[in-house]
Amino acid sequence: MNIDLALVWLVIISFSVLVYVLLDGFDLGVGILFPLAAGNSDKDVMMNSIAPVWDGNETWLVMGGGGLFAVFPLAYATLLPALYMPLILMLLALVFRGVAFEYRWRTERFKKVWDISFFGGSLVAALMQGIAVGALVQGIEIENRAYAGGWWDWLTPFTMLTGLAVAAGYALLGATWLIMKTDGDLQASMRQYARPLAIVTLIFVGLVSVITPFLEPIYFSRWFAFPSAIFSVAMPLLLALAAFKLFTGLKSKSNYAPFIASLVIFLLGFVGIGISFFPYIIPPSLSIWDAAAPHSSLVFTLYGTVILIPIILIYTAYAYWVFRGKVDPAEGYH
Amino acid sequence: MDFGLFGHFSAETLARMQFAFTVAFHIVFPAFSIGLASYLAVLNALWLWKKQPHYLALFDYWKKIFAIAFGMGVVSGIVMSYQFGTNWSVFSDKTGPVLGPLMAYEVMSAFFLEAGFLGIMLFGRNRVGPKLHMFATAMVAFGTLMSATWILSVNSWMQTPAGFSINEVGQFVPEDWWAIVFNPSFPYRLLHMTLAAFLTVAFVVGGVGAWHLLRGHRGQATNIMFSMAMWMAAVVTPLQIIAGDLHGINTLEHQPVKVMAMEGHYDSYPDGAPLILFGIPNSETKTVDYALQIPKLSSLILKHDLNAPLDGLDTIDDAEEPPVFIVFWSFRIMVGIGMAMLIVGLWGLWARYKSTLYTSRWLHRAVLVLAPTGFIAVLAGWVTTEVGRQPYTVYGLLRTSDSLAPIAAPAVAASLTAFIVVYFFVFGAGVFYIVQLMAKPPSLQKKSLQQGPVRASGTTPVIQMQSPTRKGPAQ
Ligand code: HDD
Ligand code: HEM
Ligand code: HEM
Repeated sequence: MNIDLALVWLVIISFSVLVYVLLDGFDLGVGILFPLAAGNSDKDVMMNSIAPVWDGNETWLVMGGGGLFAVFPLAYATLLPALYMPLILMLLALVFRGVAFEYRWRTERFKKVWDISFFGGSLVAALMQGIAVGALVQGIEIENRAYAGGWWDWLTPFTMLTGLAVAAGYALLGATWLIMKTDGDLQASMRQYARPLAIVTLIFVGLVSVITPFLEPIYFSRWFAFPSAIFSVAMPLLLALAAFKLFTGLKSKSNYAPFIASLVIFLLGFVGIGISFFPYIIPPSLSIWDAAAPHSSLVFTLYGTVILIPIILIYTAYAYWVFRGKVDPAEGYH
Repeated sequence: MDFGLFGHFSAETLARMQFAFTVAFHIVFPAFSIGLASYLAVLNALWLWKKQPHYLALFDYWKKIFAIAFGMGVVSGIVMSYQFGTNWSVFSDKTGPVLGPLMAYEVMSAFFLEAGFLGIMLFGRNRVGPKLHMFATAMVAFGTLMSATWILSVNSWMQTPAGFSINEVGQFVPEDWWAIVFNPSFPYRLLHMTLAAFLTVAFVVGGVGAWHLLRGHRGQATNIMFSMAMWMAAVVTPLQIIAGDLHGINTLEHQPVKVMAMEGHYDSYPDGAPLILFGIPNSETKTVDYALQIPKLSSLILKHDLNAPLDGLDTIDDAEEPPVFIVFWSFRIMVGIGMAMLIVGLWGLWARYKSTLYTSRWLHRAVLVLAPTGFIAVLAGWVTTEVGRQPYTVYGLLRTSDSLAPIAAPAVAASLTAFIVVYFFVFGAGVFYIVQLMAKPPSLQKKSLQQGPVRASGTTPVIQMQSPTRKGPAQ
């Protein structure tokens, strides 16, 4: 049997990154919406809606990075220096927001400080992740197994656009998550915010989709040549369908539909990026086969992954199940 | 642009400072949470078994402290997992095939486990019932130990590499995974580090108990806490010293140069080497100035023979020599703390025998003084280990100077500055909150306790085990 292990691993790593984006997406989104909360008790509810799960969500980021290090070490070794600044800023931002979960309850006087740290950390992390994705899409220069570009290559109008797109999208995920997890005034206000956030997100997604094919010749042929051009027709249709579900869900005051529709929008965006640059892991020159670790590394890691990832998914789902339902603000904390 | 303090350092020095700084911060939290997670699991089990409310009170007390320390461990750890690539990209490209899979296993078998069950452990007692809650608590403890296992395998492989070949682009290619994971220094390092985490927590818990005893906050919970900690100190310290001794002997076999630096042996001793207790290693003259030494003892400790010959740094090239001063002193700090812990541990036994465990103020003072020293010993031990293996990242094979990412010095200087400022501010606040929690005695009165974010209701009926009167922050 001849399995293309590099391809299998691409699927696994992509899956991890996707799960990260969807899960940490809504919890960073809740952070971005934090200042919009009416008062302290709404803030408490918002934070408590994610307190039991944020650590698990963020672990998928470590899985993405650690997985890359294990099976595509060359990609890890070139991508990270190329994205030095945005990544360091993202890490620092995650420090600020991560500690806020606990610190916030430990002080009255400085509560504001940790509220700001939670909001600012979430926002900066989202922006930086969007910028990183944009920088990857616009291509990274590699020579002699090392990053060969400049220090500010990651900062372009296109990456600013992707940064804002991700931040807006995360906020949308956060708002629809809160619609699902809360009720009363908080839920009503989130319904109000979700609409404009959805519109803004869709505009950004549209802009990014229109620009991307013109960034690299291979993207262009992907999107405008048969058979892959089928996606060029299918993606906008699916996106429109998801958007429709989202807006009707908001209108009919559905609890779940808006969140699920927002997840689908993210999923489509993710797949779109994948279509653009497969089989490159770092466009325009590093393919998954160039970057793959030696056979023995791929096999050894795969054994554990096929056993452990399903188990992880089961207990993660269980943890969400335990904390299902609306957050009850009356039942106090602290 | 002016990058202030760090303007004149090379990119390499800056990257080393950054790595050392971030990992030194990181290790403090895991050392604490590895020990504390196990302690919490024991407390919870005791509560379920004996149904004495004091155990539950202690569990809730330490749980809040754990939550803060764990959060700091997580965020500083995420930084670490990206540091390899951002600052040591050549190292990552070359060692990724060997070390990457071990770290991936750490993520899958440890980090997810901790993160997945942490929420249930902290907030879920009322939602899942006592049995599942106990299970979750045990899983968190198990996860921290798994985490230590994998990462120490990674670190040990860098110290004593095994089971690999090198391919045409210079990557380490795994040949024998068993030999890689169970490389020669791994068992010793794992044992010594795990015991270190337990000891660190024993003295923190003991110190908090001692503080409340000294302040007159007596009570069953305080006594239990102090007594448990003193048992740990008495039993684990001797084990740790034995483990450290074995670790050193193993290092002598695989990294003799590191031991020469630890011992301050600039010269070779063909017929029995002295143990230099104190002195000032001088890298210019290659001597230890003002040395206070005991003849032949070093040979006795390392070779179990008074007259065994020991080579010194004069047998190796200067370019292979680690910074002796740092290694020599960090080692002595660690060992000194270990000896102090041993004395206090035995003192605790004696006091217990004399029934003065809860009344001997001098014992309480001594334990209080030692409370933070576990962290210092852990840091000193790591500095010994890591600085002692210089100038290599993969011992004997990949030099630190060849491991570096192609990042310009100003970028590293900027990020280093940012890490220093942010870490001191953020983690300083965390330590402050932890100390604040410790300053309050554990008590059965829920009202006086600050609870963390607790979610105790929803669609499932709440199994009431705790009093539901959770009020706002106590102060
Ligand atoms: C509470 C913490 C603690 C205490 C009391 C001690 N150690 Fe330790 N030591 C550590 C915590 C530690 C550590 C932080 O866990 C290290 C760093 C790396 C490692 O594996 O363990 C370490 C490293 C370390 C090494 C370096 C091995 C190498 O790098 O190859 C040696 C030789 C010893 N220890 C020996 C001792 C001895 C003889 C002790 C007796 C008093 C002792 N340690 C007490
Ligand atoms: C087990 C996990 C660890 C791994 C994989 C690891 C890895 C590394 C690497 C790759 C370097 C090379 C960079 C350099 O030379 O500066 C390094 C250096 C260093 N590490 Fe570690 N480290 C670990 C744990 C620790 C801990 C817990 C400490 C705590 C104090 C520490 C302290 C240092 C120091 C001080 C250096 C600098 C040595 C020097 O440059 O002279 N390390 N480590
Ligand atoms: C360079 C070396 C290291 C890296 C890359 C690293 C990476 C990480 C990461 C990414 C996390 C967060 C996991 C999460 O999301 O839940 C973490 C936490 C943790 N690490 Fe490290 N780590 C390093 C060194 C160490 C060492 C030396 C130990 C112990 C011997 C250790 C033990 C732990 C533990 C127990 C946790 C769980 C969180 C906590 O208890 O605070 N790590 N580490």
